[in-house]
Parts: sequence; C-alpha cells; structure tokens
Amino acid sequence: MTVVCDFERLRPEQGVAALLPDGTQVAVFLTADGSLHALDNIDPFSGAAVLSRGIVGDRGGVPVVVSPVYKQAFELATGKCLDEPSVSVAVHQVRVRDGVVELP
Amino acid sequence: MTQTLVVIGNGMVGHRLVEILRDSSWRIVVFGEESRPAYDRVALSSYVDTWNSADLELTPLTGCELRLGEKAVSVDRERRVVVGASGVEVQYDALVLATGSVPFVPPVPGRDLPGCHVYRTIDDLDEIRATVQAADRPGRHSGMVLGGGLLGLEAANALRGMGVSPHVVELAPRLMPIQVDEGGAGLLKRLVEKLDLTVHTGTSASSIERDGSRLIAKLANGLELDLDVVVFSAGIRPRTDLDLGLELGPRGGYLVDSACRTADPRVFAIGECAAVEGVAYGLVAPGYAMAEVVADQLSGGTKVFPGADVSTKLKLLGVDVASFGDAHAVTEGALEVVVNNAVAGTYSKLVVSDDAKTLLGGVLVGDASAYPSLRPLVGKEVPAALLQPGGSVDVEMPADAQVCSCHAVTKQTITDAIQSGVACDVAELKACTKAGTGCGSCVPMLKKLLTDCGVEQSKALCEHFTYSRAELFEIVRATRITTFTALIEKHGSGRGCDICKPAVASILASLNNGHILGEAQVSLQDTNDRFLANLQRNGTYSVVPRIPGGEITPEKLIVIGEVARDFGLYTKITGGQRIDLFGATVDQLPQIWRRLVDAGFESGHAYGKALRTVKSCVGTTWCRYGVQDSVGLAIELELRYRGLRSPHKLKSAVSGCARECAEARGKDFGVIATENGWNLYVGGNGGFTPRHADLLVSDVDTETLIKVIDRFLMFYIRTADRLQRTSAWLEGLDGGLDHLREVVVDDKLGICDELEAAMAAHVSDYADEWRGVLEDPEKLARFTSFVNAPGTPDPTISFRAERGQRVPVQLGIPEVVR
Repeated sequence: MTVVCDFERLRPEQGVAALLPDGTQVAVFLTADGSLHALDNIDPFSGAAVLSRGIVGDRGGVPVVVSPVYKQAFELATGKCLDEPSVSVAVHQVRVRDGVVELP
Repeated sequence: MTQTLVVIGNGMVGHRLVEILRDSSWRIVVFGEESRPAYDRVALSSYVDTWNSADLELTPLTGCELRLGEKAVSVDRERRVVVGASGVEVQYDALVLATGSVPFVPPVPGRDLPGCHVYRTIDDLDEIRATVQAADRPGRHSGMVLGGGLLGLEAANALRGMGVSPHVVELAPRLMPIQVDEGGAGLLKRLVEKLDLTVHTGTSASSIERDGSRLIAKLANGLELDLDVVVFSAGIRPRTDLDLGLELGPRGGYLVDSACRTADPRVFAIGECAAVEGVAYGLVAPGYAMAEVVADQLSGGTKVFPGADVSTKLKLLGVDVASFGDAHAVTEGALEVVVNNAVAGTYSKLVVSDDAKTLLGGVLVGDASAYPSLRPLVGKEVPAALLQPGGSVDVEMPADAQVCSCHAVTKQTITDAIQSGVACDVAELKACTKAGTGCGSCVPMLKKLLTDCGVEQSKALCEHFTYSRAELFEIVRATRITTFTALIEKHGSGRGCDICKPAVASILASLNNGHILGEAQVSLQDTNDRFLANLQRNGTYSVVPRIPGGEITPEKLIVIGEVARDFGLYTKITGGQRIDLFGATVDQLPQIWRRLVDAGFESGHAYGKALRTVKSCVGTTWCRYGVQDSVGLAIELELRYRGLRSPHKLKSAVSGCARECAEARGKDFGVIATENGWNLYVGGNGGFTPRHADLLVSDVDTETLIKVIDRFLMFYIRTADRLQRTSAWLEGLDGGLDHLREVVVDDKLGICDELEAAMAAHVSDYADEWRGVLEDPEKLARFTSFVNAPGTPDPTISFRAERGQRVPVQLGIPEVVR
C-alpha cells in the first residue's frame, strides 16, 4: 500500500503523480463528479512520465486525460487510448481512507 | 556558368517574372526607368487616398540586380548587350522586354499645354495634384478626362479624390465601350452622374486653349468647358520606342510567338508591350500569364500562352461592373437575355448561343456578385434556370471550368485539393493552388467550393462549444464570466477538453483575469502554461528568461551561465535573441527561477501563446547605417506587450534601417525604421508557411506606431480563431489588409478607443508570472514530480554528454503495440 496524499490536496479535473516503492509511477486524477482514477504515469507514445500533467476532460462524454506530449486521449476508467485503440496504459486501484488517498 | 537574364521594365509584369525566377539559377538584372520600386498600377487611383506610394508597392524584389532610374537606351543583339542611360552595359544570355505601354494622346491642338497630363504613373498623379493645387479657383475645381473607358473612369475617380469635378468625354456613344453594352452603359452613366461626374459621350475635344490661369476646351458638339486640369486617358499603346530591329505586331507591340519569343530566340516580350501572335493585351492578368510562360521557357519548360481571358470585374466609382466572354454578342446567332432593373440600379445581360444551350458571355452593372459563378461557365452548357426571370446563378460548374483566371486554376484542381485533404480552408487553397492570390475575385467561389465539397466550415471550437473562439471571446467579454465552469455551464456542454480549456484560459487571460495559475484557471492550462516552462521530449522542461530586445548586460549573462552550470542545464541561443536552458525537472523549476528572479529576470513566456520576443538590430547607437534607435523601441515594445495572451504566439522585431537585419517582415508585427519615423508591417510568419508581413502604416512617429500596434493586437486577439497566427488570420480576414487598415487606422467600426483601453488595462495589470509563483506557497507546491515523495526526481529521466553538455537519453517506448 502506498500513501499518495491527503484527499484535500487533490483538485477536481487535475492529476498528481505518485512513486511506488518498486519505481512504478502512477498518475492519480480527481474528476469533477468526485471520482478517483489511477493510471500508469508513463505516456506510451513518448516514454515520458507525464500523464499526470495532462488536461482532464471528456470526449463524447467519456472522461479522459490527454497526454501533454503528443495529445492522445486515454480513458480514465479503462486506460484505453481513444486515438489508437490497440494502445492502453495500466489501470491502478485507488481509494480514499480516512481522508487519505491510497494505492492498495 | 551562371547565365544572365536582363529584364527591361520594372512594371507589374516584369516584377512578376523576376519573382517567379527568384530562386532559379539565372542571374537577373532589371532595368527600370522609374526611380521607385515596382508598384500596383492597377490600383493607381487609390494613391490619392493617402499620397503614400509605399501603399502601392509590390513585394520588394530580392535575388536580382535592380537598376532603378536607369532607362535601357539601346540593345545590341549581336553583342547581346543592353546599354543603360548611364552608359552601363550588361551582357545577356536571355533578354525579356517588359516595357509596358504609353498613354495614347489624341492629336488635339493644345494637348501639350501646362495643365494637360496623362494618367499612367505615380509621377503623373503627383503632377496632376500639383496642377490642381496651383489652380486659384474658389470652391471645387473643374477637370476634363478625355476617354470614358475603364482607364478614363479610374482617372475621373482620382480627380474626384483631389476635389475636382470631372467632365468625362468619350468619343464612342457610351461609357466603357469595350466592356459594356449600351444598356449597361446607360445605367453606368446614370450611377456615376450621381457622383458629381458630367458625362459627354459621342463627342471629342477639338481644341484646348489657355485663358489666364484656366484651360478652355472646345468639344466637337459645340460645348465649351472651363477647366483647371486636363487628363488624357484615351487608351494605351504598346511601348516599343526601344528599337531592337524586331518586327512589330499589326497594332503595335513586339511580335512574339505563343512562347512569347521574338524572332531572336534569346529575346522575349511580355505584358502590354508584347503582341502575342499579333495580339496585344492591355490587362495585367494576360501579362502575368506571359510572365509565367517565359519563366517556364527559361527554366527549360515548354509552356505556351494559352490565350487570354479578358473578362473584367471592377468597382469603378463605387459601381460594380463586370464583363466576360462575348459581351457584345458578336457570335453569329447569339441571343441576349437582359434584365434591366432601373429601380434597383442593376443591369445584367447574358449572351447565349442560338440554341440557348451555351453561355457565351455577359455584362453586369450595379451588382456583379454573380460574376464569379458565371465567368467559369463561359463556353459551357447554360443552366436553364439562369434564363428564367429572376433566375438564380447558384449553378453547378463543370469540372474543367476555370475558377481563377489569374492563375488558370480549374474547378477540378481546387476540388482535388479539397477532397484529398490538402486544403481545408481558403488560406490553404490559396497556398497550394495559387487560386485567389491574383485579383482575388474568385475567393467567394473558393468558399462555395469548400462548402460544396462538404468541408464544414464550422466555426465550433470543439465538441463542447458550438461557438468560434471569436464568439466565445465576445461572450466572455460581454458577460464578464471569469471561470471556465461558469462558461461551459451557460454556453457549452460536457466537461471540456484539451482544445477548449486552454483556449478559454487564454481568453480569460487576455481579459486580465489574474494569474494564469490561479485556483480556477490552473486545470485549464496545457502543461507548458501549467509549469510556466516548455515541455521537452523526455518530460523535462526548458526555461527562457526574458531578454527584452536581445539586449543583456554581462552581469546578467553571467547569472544565466551560473544557473545553467549549477543545475546542469543544456544551453542554446534561440532565434529570438535569448537563451534557452534545457533539462530542468519540475522540482528544479522554482529553484532555477528563484535565482533568475533575484537577479532581475522575469518570465520570457516562451511557453505561452503570448508575446515571445521583439528582436532588434543595434540601430543608430552603433550601426553606421541605422536611422532610428531600434533597440530602444524593441525594448519598449517588448515591455509593453510582455505577458499578453493571444490566440497564438506573437513574434516581433524592429530594424533600424531598410537593410532589415532584424528580419521584421517575417514577424507578426515588424517595425522598420525610416528617415521620418517607422513603417509597421503585420501578418508576417516564418515556420511552415512563410509569409512576408504587409505594410500597414508608414512613416509614423513612435506614439502613433504604438497606438496602431495596440489596436492591431487587440483586434487580432478578439477575432482570430484558436491557434491562428496573424498571417493566417489576415489571409482569411474578409476584406484583407484594406479592411484591417479601415478598422485599426481609420477606426471605421468605432472600436479603436475600446481596443486601446483594453491594451492599457493589460499594460497596467502586467505582473511577472514566475514572481507570482515564487511568492505563493500554494502555487509553489504544485511543482513536485511526486506528491508522495517531494524532492525525489523522476527516475526515468537520465542524461548523457554530447559536445560538452547534458542531453537526454532517449526513452524506451516498449509499451506501444500498434
């Protein structure tokens, strides 16, 4: 289990990055409706660890984050890339316990 | 060995030829009799609006030897030498005659008296003006224009612009006898007479005499006119006074074949001085076509002159006149369909074949809006609907119909460009087909073809807003909405995306809504704006401190060097005269900026859709040739517009003299010093589609200059599309440069006070964004790679050495399976 930060620290429609003990980087997003999502932070198209810095929004109603490097959109719930359906990023479990965001 | 091409004549057609061959292997020498650079003679009458010849100037020629004010006095074809008036001799491998034409002056007794002028050059207009100013008549002056054709009416218009009431005298029984038929000319006469013109048709001047300070003209019909000035504009004749011993055409002009070549294979003739297979043309479009033919021949091609479309559409004295094809129905059996609406002041005539199946030509007066649709149909089947009373001209054009006659572009070429996806708007069509870049009359047709091809010219910003950026700007401005959430709730749908969020953030910033990383704004910003730095391919950022005008003290240079050394940043000099520091991690950015801000630096906005830099040359301070303080002005402009958010990035430059070392004409707004002040150029661009900036105002003082730039920038910010640079914006602006000038110089829309006030608010509200971050712990806290491990650098980032600096190790991209 990795503690990310206090829930209070998150802002709607924004992401933060967290580092797991094994070196994995996870991007954690809070959306406007209050739900939490966690994806691998590494953008598969550039190899850069930047997905947490992408713009959060929706495509046709589907909540997405858009990579800041080459602008592909990734579905927050599934990690699927909407621009290249064969590409996806890993989805992580994320929860809030006692006001703290955790990656179990 | 380099071959030499000599061009005699620096008019529009000669200029065009050199422009086409600019990048060829030919060494080009141009002889121009006039001392000024080539100008737009077609627009000559507009010279009286400003009396500024620079407004008419064509794109300056580069890559050639331009001998202005040097008349070519003789040609020795045996030695292949052109001799200039100064005695200079230039040997040629190819020679192009582009000597144009001379005004035809009918043999009227008294035609050489002082006060009698021709109408052909800028100098002619200056002389006409001098005559008018010298006339000591109270009230309006009186003038006579001899010739009621196209040129005569242009001259009459120019006289009106000088406060002269013109009498137009035309030998033929009607105005514009070549282009317009009797019915159309009748309406034209009625319309122009409302404008203080007196028209005398079917007569001529039999004599002109001096009477004190006046001129008295006697007309053949017995009338006597009391005048201050006389202008001859009764047509033109090919100019062939340079005798090369070559054959002339039956009605004058150097006789050339369809490749525009004379009997001497090294000698060509183009434009009004040429008689192509015996026929001389007095319009610029056929001249351009000849220039293209010769350029092609000189490049080893085999292009020939296709014959000319002498269709015309013009606005004379505010009256639309168009004539195309067989306007006078001379084809045997031709039928005419005439609609003459005296009440509306419109006249239209279509000429069709005897079986009413083929459109042969037509005349439009009063309203020529149907011209772009009709002209391409000449020689094609005429849609039956056209022949009905009130028939619509919204008809299908055949694929091989010529849409742009200036550049001979067919409908097929245009639709191919659209359907292949090469062009999605008018600007792109202009770039890839050249259509619409000549006289521009086919632009409405280009728009229509885009629509017809299903290119939705939707202005919707994205799936969340049906409004264009310009419309959203007006909404935000009018409603004073200050957050994206409020805007999308009221005027959009969904939650927003990477297109609308940064666009709205930029609009909010343009309207001075505080720091761009304020609580409500931060989630809208693209990563560059969110971290006030430029994202690079490995996830690190680059840092660019502002160096106004490119001027920097040694102490500040040392600080930049020390910062780069201490943080291990790769350094590179940018094209905008500043220094880019690469390889900073998110965590390092505030530390780097703390040092920079302490040393007096501020954000350079290299990351923003905002003013980047104002480049400068050293100007009068150091340069032997400088005529103004270009560095001082560049710094003033950069400090004035720093931080200004706009639809796209803005670049500028100031050159201290006409040598233009700062490359100002490649900028969104560029300033070039003159002896008398500054010239302002707008809409320039480097990058993917280079474009030279257009002259907006000339010889203005610094105060006026800044006022016009204020207005220009704010007008652009209000009305441009998202990510539309000023060049594309100007290309797409209805009415183009003239409209822009009307708005930001003449204040036709009455919005200049507002635009200036908006800029004043920007200037007074400006604050350095990086200082704002350093002073706010909440904003500072966002600059961490990992929220659960502040200070731990991103482990994927590593560097290697190259030429003594750190560069990123390429990231593996193993996850992508395509």
